[in-house]
Amino acid sequence: MHELAIAHSLLEAVRAQAGRRPGSRIVKVGVKVGELAGVDPEALSFSFEALVQESELAPLTLDIERCPRRQRCPHCQSVFVVEGYDLACPGCGVRETQCIGGDELDLAYLEVEES
Amino acid sequence: MTRIPMGEKVLKENDRIAAQLRGRFREAGIFCLNLISSPGAGKTTLLERTLEGFAPEERVAVLTGDIQTDNDALRLARFGFPVRQITTGGTCHLEARMVERALSDWELRALDLLFIENVGNLVCPASYDLGEAAKIVVVSVTEGDDKPLKYPSIFHRAELLVLNKIDLLPYVPFDLTRVYQNALQIHPGMEILEVSCTTGAGLEGWRGWLDRQRQATRDELARAG
Repeated sequence: MHELAIAHSLLEAVRAQAGRRPGSRIVKVGVKVGELAGVDPEALSFSFEALVQESELAPLTLDIERCPRRQRCPHCQSVFVVEGYDLACPGCGVRETQCIGGDELDLAYLEVEES
Repeated sequence: MTRIPMGEKVLKENDRIAAQLRGRFREAGIFCLNLISSPGAGKTTLLERTLEGFAPEERVAVLTGDIQTDNDALRLARFGFPVRQITTGGTCHLEARMVERALSDWELRALDLLFIENVGNLVCPASYDLGEAAKIVVVSVTEGDDKPLKYPSIFHRAELLVLNKIDLLPYVPFDLTRVYQNALQIHPGMEILEVSCTTGAGLEGWRGWLDRQRQATRDELARAG
């Protein structure tokens, strides 16, 4: 359960941004979590809420976008989302395709209210 | 209400320290490995077998992470190489700053191989870059052969899968063919080695793998001048 540590890092990033934006309040944090990131969105939400509740950042909400694994076919260049565990290209059937996404753990956006 | 796009890594502070460590390792010509497995798969035993095979002049060191106790450091220090325990005090993984702190008074130029034994856990350590050149995942055959499918993150990120305790294969329902299929499904091209730290089977292959990586690191350092 490292989601508490991740939620902590996320709030550090929010605090750093808040410090640069006097006169405005951050109300929402958007995060992208890839399915290969090894991060459980529910545990992350739970940890985030627990940390925010008692902090000067409340009320602050978290929006998690789950990102599937994406592969690129080196043969036909098509990009596809992996369903289940099948990494073969659905276009031309090539089996050896390259992973181009799905392991992200990114702070995607902040929603800010001017006061 | 304004939406400001950010596009930064949540763990960017960890990644920043890891990048610094990677730079220091490269400069010193160190090949650094991050060993990850569930508890009891045999990381420490694999390190014991590895260290006992090295001549005393080998430039090898180990950092070993645990939530509590320095038992692993005591086991590994018997071989005479520098060993340091990182006790996380509850944290289920190592972070780059813990490695940075543990190395603070070590002369890196005296080393060319550094093992980092992570906390026994197949989930959380996968998220934290420690500046290593490669992650290695160890799975023992007393676990399930579906581990790669259950913990895709670490199998996706590890260069090498070491299958340990293969001497126990006759006694457990572990299917070797299936674990290969599962690992290669998550990580096509992943290298896989079969070893038994008890009988010594396969350890030559493991030492050969280490030697090739160390040689490649030395060659890179020589090229960089």
